[in-house]
Amino acid sequence: MTAPPILRSYERQARVFARLWRGVAFSTFVVPLLYLGAMGFGLGSLVDDGAGASELGGLEYLVFVAPGLLCANIMLGAAGESLWPVLGGMKWQGTFNAMVTTPMRPADAFGGYVLWTMTRGAMTATSFVIVGALLGAVVSWWAVLAVPAAMLTALAFATPITAYSAGVETDESFSIIMRIAIIPMFLFSGVFFPLSQLPTALQPVAWLSPLWHGVELARGFTTGDFEVVASIGHGAVLLGVVTGGWVWGVRRFTERLAS
Amino acid sequence: MSAVEGLIEAKGLVKRFGDFTAVAGIDVSVASGELFGFLGPNGAGKTSTMKMIGCVSPPTEGSLRVLGLDPVADGPEIRGRLGVVTQEDTLDIELTVFDNMIVYGRYFGISRAVLAERAAELLDFAQLSDRADSKVDPLSGGMKRRLTIARALINDPEIVLLDEPTTGLDPQARHMLWERLYQLKSRGKTQILTTHYMDEAEQLCDRLVIMDEGRIVAEGSPRALIAQHSTREVVEVRFPLGEDREHLVETYEECADRAEGLADRVLLYTSDGDATSSKLAALGVEEHNVLVRRSSLEDVFLRLTGRTLED
Repeated sequence: MTAPPILRSYERQARVFARLWRGVAFSTFVVPLLYLGAMGFGLGSLVDDGAGASELGGLEYLVFVAPGLLCANIMLGAAGESLWPVLGGMKWQGTFNAMVTTPMRPADAFGGYVLWTMTRGAMTATSFVIVGALLGAVVSWWAVLAVPAAMLTALAFATPITAYSAGVETDESFSIIMRIAIIPMFLFSGVFFPLSQLPTALQPVAWLSPLWHGVELARGFTTGDFEVVASIGHGAVLLGVVTGGWVWGVRRFTERLAS
Repeated sequence: MSAVEGLIEAKGLVKRFGDFTAVAGIDVSVASGELFGFLGPNGAGKTSTMKMIGCVSPPTEGSLRVLGLDPVADGPEIRGRLGVVTQEDTLDIELTVFDNMIVYGRYFGISRAVLAERAAELLDFAQLSDRADSKVDPLSGGMKRRLTIARALINDPEIVLLDEPTTGLDPQARHMLWERLYQLKSRGKTQILTTHYMDEAEQLCDRLVIMDEGRIVAEGSPRALIAQHSTREVVEVRFPLGEDREHLVETYEECADRAEGLADRVLLYTSDGDATSSKLAALGVEEHNVLVRRSSLEDVFLRLTGRTLED
């Protein structure tokens, strides 16, 4: 039995990763340590002693910020995989152009690529949860579900950004995307402080951020304190973004590779 | 598939991109075992034609059958039986030479065990066995092209499509590549080649079409095309810059059947080059400015379009 074509482009990504995994594995475990150390312990000791504690619903800052940092890292990683490497595969190296000279279709090239980005997200999430648990930042067994929540978040960024990158001619717009979309989301999606701290008028804007939905979903699981209906809602929003991004991505890949 | 049908049959094939017509209605038929060429200058529509045959780019109009199948409906099945060498290098620079063969073979769904065996054989064929564990980037242009050809053979294709396979290579690398293509031909592989080098087309192709501005302007074997559209020999007369070309063409024309003026030369078409040379000498043309050669496809192209291939 042969694997479906979508897994063949996934396999290509995996094979490239297999050559580099030692370096990547190291940073995958060190990054959570650095983030949780700096934000959780460093900043957290100030927050927990100050007036902030009550706003966090009784959570230690380390416990509050850990799922936020997890999803923010997932977002940054997915965005990174979905910008320059995608344009490179279309234009500079022709990796995707080579795929469509085989039985694979543009949709397979796209699907395998974003599924691999999701897999990288799963690796990052797993290490975050393990390191977080060791440091006392992850306090519930429900945290196992933070990994699929992070994977969904990864896909919610990978699909539309990969779709976008597939259709551009230069990387000029990429740094703008990082500055006007990714960085503001990083700062204002409930990663470092709850949305309730934002001016009331701005709170609905933050609801548009897929990262906020990812953080809320993951935070429910790592703290063990979640409402099923709200979690399903956040998951549904992310799934909606993924579906839209997927449809757009298949279209952009087809236009670019098979016009 | 009927017995008389070729491996590739195109009728009235058109490709448009918006307002731009890349291919303006061509008829092509390629038989099994042939080495068939599309010769034409850049922008003639060769690559667009190849992409349609390769089932990557859907035709805008006309009918196209590849291996008796419909490229739009049966794209993946047809592509599984083709080997494609694209004009730009699309080798995977993040993988080694050997892994390039394996990963590309996996795109066809071929098992790893079969691939390992074939990859070793094909790297040997491409004279790259000693570079199997090397990265792709340090390879020379000629090696990269040979690797691309080896990679295109990983699925044991019935037709190999080669889009400008030697563009940008030095003469030695070109000859080495031509020799590999001869090898494939001797094994009975059907090959389709595009080129803007007339010597390449003349050397390699059993049969070819000359394309210009999206149309086919002539079709036949290199020898038949030359016989049909040119004379046996050509006498080239170089002239210094600033000379009145029109006047020279008129003056020299009587020494031959026909004359064409280029930027720095007048081409005189004749069945007897030596006789024409003697007549030129009588007109006072110095011998070192005169070159007698056989007609080539370049002359056919010039005759049919009024331009040179390098334009």
